[in-house]
Amino acid sequence: MTVSEIIKKHGNERENLLAILHQIQAGNDDNSLHKDQLQQLAEIMDIPVADIVSTASFYTMFSLKPRGKHIIRLCESPPCYIMGEENILTALENCLKIKLGETTADKMFTLETTSCLGACGVAPVMMIDDTVYGELTEEKTVAVIKSIVDKE
Amino acid sequence: MEKPRITVMVPIDANTVPSGAREVKNALSVAIGRANLSNEIKVIETGSFGPTGVGALVAIQPDGVVYCNMTVDKAQEIVEEHLLKGRVCARYMLPGRQVILPTADNVDARTLQHTGRIVLDNCGRIDPENIEEYIANDGYEALGKALTAMSPGEVITEITESELKGRGGAGFPTGQKWSFCAPVVADQKYVICNADEGEPGTFKDRLILEGDPHKIIEGMALCGYAIGATIGYVYVRGEYALSIERLEKAIAAAESHGLLGKNIFNSGFDFEIKIKIGAGAYICGEETALIESMEGKRGCPRLKPPFPAQKGFKGKPTNVNNVETLANIPAIIRNGAAWFKNFGTSSTAGTKVYTILGHINHPGLIEVPAGVTLREIIEDYGGGMKGKFHFAQLGGTAGDILGEEMMDVPMDYDLMEKVGHVLGSGAILIVNESININDFLHSCMRFFSHESCGNCNPCRNGMHAALDITKRLKSGVAYPDDINALEEVVMILHSSAFCPLGQSPAGPVTSALRYFREEIERGVNRELNKHDMPRSNRKMEAINV
Repeated sequence: MTVSEIIKKHGNERENLLAILHQIQAGNDDNSLHKDQLQQLAEIMDIPVADIVSTASFYTMFSLKPRGKHIIRLCESPPCYIMGEENILTALENCLKIKLGETTADKMFTLETTSCLGACGVAPVMMIDDTVYGELTEEKTVAVIKSIVDKE
Repeated sequence: MEKPRITVMVPIDANTVPSGAREVKNALSVAIGRANLSNEIKVIETGSFGPTGVGALVAIQPDGVVYCNMTVDKAQEIVEEHLLKGRVCARYMLPGRQVILPTADNVDARTLQHTGRIVLDNCGRIDPENIEEYIANDGYEALGKALTAMSPGEVITEITESELKGRGGAGFPTGQKWSFCAPVVADQKYVICNADEGEPGTFKDRLILEGDPHKIIEGMALCGYAIGATIGYVYVRGEYALSIERLEKAIAAAESHGLLGKNIFNSGFDFEIKIKIGAGAYICGEETALIESMEGKRGCPRLKPPFPAQKGFKGKPTNVNNVETLANIPAIIRNGAAWFKNFGTSSTAGTKVYTILGHINHPGLIEVPAGVTLREIIEDYGGGMKGKFHFAQLGGTAGDILGEEMMDVPMDYDLMEKVGHVLGSGAILIVNESININDFLHSCMRFFSHESCGNCNPCRNGMHAALDITKRLKSGVAYPDDINALEEVVMILHSSAFCPLGQSPAGPVTSALRYFREEIERGVNRELNKHDMPRSNRKMEAINV
């Protein structure tokens, strides 16, 4: 869907901005919001583009930088921390050969940390796209990544 | 179809899906179909049973058997052994803990005293995607009663008399909150359900939404009737995909049954519910930040007053309640305030839903009367410690850190306040001696500095100053004056930050210093000169002057 179609679907009012941004981002292969789209959004909704950028950058789930096809969100809040989150982060960095915040060269994965995902019962957890993986060990983490790579 | 002889219940929720619960459910259905038992045995999806960390769960009813750590293979074995031959597979049974399942003697939802549950009475017992099951368990009876036999004022009086306190963390009396919004005259008022659960370690709202979404819809409609609002919003975290899906289905079902929409129960009362999806910001759990975010803006808190009851969403009178608070409403209206006060302590009526997690044997979701002690929670509900008890953090990352000496204090909102602590949102994180307190504080501060919204100066800078210090303490290279500086920073934050987020690091930091000062001091490098100070601390001092 184009930006104007998405706006038409949700409505032109400011209160729909987050829903619109969610849908625009979901439609982009690189999991981010593009500058020209925000420009267009600003014109149609009559909101200054700086205001839109400021709003989009406020929320963790939106990105203004291109990201990989799959977003890995590792929870770094205290409940996951005490269950060994730091080891999982190292395992992910080694397995993907990137640092936190970076995207793999093949544009397949972006590694991010996130605050609590509300699945603390199975800590430590990570969320890849819409799927939550829990009770992670270093081996299990690597296996999860491998299974996604194999599927591609 | 005949009434099923056996019901197989599979909880599909945030904690079981990662362990393959959906695959297990499919495997069960396929194996039952292959055995030609589909007419006699029904497989249903439910919300959480409570226990976590035990993989995918399956319950066989009316036998009352609960299996844990289920896999596709084990599920097939259970169909062959238990369902076909009637032999219980003891080796897969959930060990040493109680899951409350409806059996012949407690299947009537009125026997709540039996299970002791108000909020979670349906969770894990009914199919959350089937409105008829909710209705069969007295669902929407309270709404019918209120709309046909009570005035809005009487609803508020009932809630006020029940002494229900907001379960989001602050513990403000719910009836009082409603009574602020009710008399305000406006062409439109709103009810908002705050489902932006972000406090680390808290996942009760998520499991309530996933396990019993109709209860929230009924609670919101009752609130709307009481305060004169016709539109309700549920603000859900963007990360809670399953909660959103179940809510959408529940709203659609309620609409098609005439329980939402125009002229509900022929009373002339109209009420509709819409969903707003967040985008990942902890601060949006604060009610005014939540309203800003709902309006499509940055989630920065507003200056109060005016309170949302006067000027809330789009400038109209708005009442914001937490998920758990709203989940208490139908039972109070149905059974009366006096019934509700049978539960809990003299200062906090009702029950409290806790999520217990960390180094304990049986982590999970529990609902207990207000006033139980930490020791009871660890021993009776949590199945005991893994390792030796070190400390507990109550109410999420913004909550206080408690040492062993606080284990026997009854926990309710007032009693905790008397000993200088807050009960908070209901997360109880139990930590054993494998975790150093300085590492833990660093993890807490990392959370706060990430989630600071940047709106006010003390929080924007103070969080980073505190993070720097905890980082040094963690690495054992802190300056001798760092601990004093840390205390000072959090106290400045506590007294000058704009909203509760900025004020909250004082909780974990000062309470940790109260019980574990000696251990924290081990992060200081003794070889450094007493007067050595890092640049960031000097800056803080300059601000003070």
